[in-house]
Amino acid sequence: MRIAVCIALLTAVAGAALAAEIPLSERRSGYSFMSADTRAMQDEDTANPGMLFVLDGEALWKRKAGAANKACADCHNDARVSMKGVATHYPAFEKALGRPVELEARINLCRTNHQQASPFAYESRELLALTAYVAQQSRGIPIAPGDDPELAPFVEKGHALFMQRQGQLNLGCTNCHDDNWDKKLAGSAITQGQPTGYPLYRLEWQSLGSLQRRLRACMTGIRAQAYDYGSPELVELELYLMSRARGMPIETPAVRP
Amino acid sequence: MPSALINVPAKAKRGSVIEIKTLMSHIMETGYRHTASGDVVPRDIITSFTCRFNGTEIFRADLYPAIAANPFITFFTTVTESGKFEFEWIGDKGFSETAQASITVE
Amino acid sequence: MVIVRPAEATPAMLQAAIRNVVGEANVRTGKVKLDIPPLVENGNTVPMTISVTSPMTADEYVKSIHVFNEKNPQPNIGNFYLGPRAGRAQISTRIRLADSQKVTAIARLSDDTFWSTTADVVVTLAACTEEAI
Ligand code: HEC
Ligand code: HEC
Repeated sequence: MRIAVCIALLTAVAGAALAAEIPLSERRSGYSFMSADTRAMQDEDTANPGMLFVLDGEALWKRKAGAANKACADCHNDARVSMKGVATHYPAFEKALGRPVELEARINLCRTNHQQASPFAYESRELLALTAYVAQQSRGIPIAPGDDPELAPFVEKGHALFMQRQGQLNLGCTNCHDDNWDKKLAGSAITQGQPTGYPLYRLEWQSLGSLQRRLRACMTGIRAQAYDYGSPELVELELYLMSRARGMPIETPAVRP
Repeated sequence: MPSALINVPAKAKRGSVIEIKTLMSHIMETGYRHTASGDVVPRDIITSFTCRFNGTEIFRADLYPAIAANPFITFFTTVTESGKFEFEWIGDKGFSETAQASITVE
Repeated sequence: MVIVRPAEATPAMLQAAIRNVVGEANVRTGKVKLDIPPLVENGNTVPMTISVTSPMTADEYVKSIHVFNEKNPQPNIGNFYLGPRAGRAQISTRIRLADSQKVTAIARLSDDTFWSTTADVVVTLAACTEEAI
């Protein structure tokens, strides 16, 4: 059933124009494509299930952990101050590793290096909750990827991955999210694939999920082998998406269908 | 400990009607799904939600698997006096959670 | 990976579930309003508001609201018990609908009469972007 839907789309996009970047004035969050009901779910904190994870994150922020017996709050104090705007410039270049890391990996670096605790698994409730709590402190603040020259080659790699056709359907991200974002696919909006809301509550998942989970879902959709969580490719794609979304406000925790 | 979000106005006029909104974290596993190997994923849902005001039940709901994950329930009540709302969620596998909210009548 | 086996409540199951609530009473159409989007983006989380026309006084009020569906594996969605002090006979929740179908809400008033309404909901399939869990 789902495969049939995808093939129908393939025919629909085959004749589309060549990939072109979306002009700044036309950049739109996935929010603006949603129904009024789904928007209402995101708009009001007590109606937004993503806020349940933010609450969990706040509790974890204050909880001591690891051999160092330190809480995030012991070093970073009040997240509303120390984490304000932090998510707008992730993934960020990590000098010690010589490569960019996404927010989840940055939090895990604090787990291992500063708390001397084991890292949380990708998509675990704890990691999603902490990431949502940290990113929520940037809600409403425009995305501002670092202009660290060391990041440039990684953004370029992400851009190339975004343009590259792959999978059994032989589609690139750009074929849907640059060329056909104003169209629908089996009744649901394709959207521009903007990364403004992550981690977000997706009705389809009935849970919070990371940007990497979303990207893996798109790859599976085009019948490509999804990159592993934390792989260089997914971080590069994240990085490119954030540079492509420069200036758009963070919405974490957003809601999407 | 699962989180809950409760929205009750902190203050209200005596005799006014207020809306109460509640959101509880819970997967609401229906019991109708199967793993690839054919095993049923056992049902794990909240079956009952109750709201009491100063000890008296003012609202109750029976929930079934068709209630979405992280149950969201809103309802109304007439404010008669200052006091405490107590919320209780009960479900499969011994699930039992409570939350409270206070209101001051002006 | 978790897959969903198609299972549906039969019309007989739906009738039995409704009889369970109303007994032999006659169910009339009216007084109940069911606000549910006619076209939903994802059947996993469908917002729904039910309101009943009633003065909500000590003598004349809504006792309970019962919601049913046609095609989920089980016909019941939820039962909501109010009383005169609710002040306003209205509740909201979010439900799951496995497929496009009818949703029925039945209210029991203080005089033990039953009133109902039914709405049609079209569920659009999720796009081809789903992964295995
Ligand atoms: C022992 C002190 C300590 C603890 C505990 C700690 N951190 Fe950190 N954190 C740091 C330091 C120091 C840095 C700066 C980068 C570095 O040197 O590792 C940092 C950096 C960060 C950053 C990046 C900030 C930016 O501006 O880019 C985030 C996000 C962060 N920490 C989150 C957390 C979270 C979440 C926890 C709890 C799970 C935590 N930290 C626990 C010391 C700590
Ligand atoms: C076949 C068309 C198609 C292709 C190819 C595709 N996607 Fe998507 N993508 C979708 C659809 C449909 C959605 C769902 C829109 C929604 O409901 O949020 C989506 C959602 C997204 C979102 C979430 C947007 C939001 O508002 O949260 C991101 C980010 C994204 N895609 C990135 C990518 C990337 C990166 C690639 C390449 C690896 C890609 N997509 C390939 C169709 C596609």
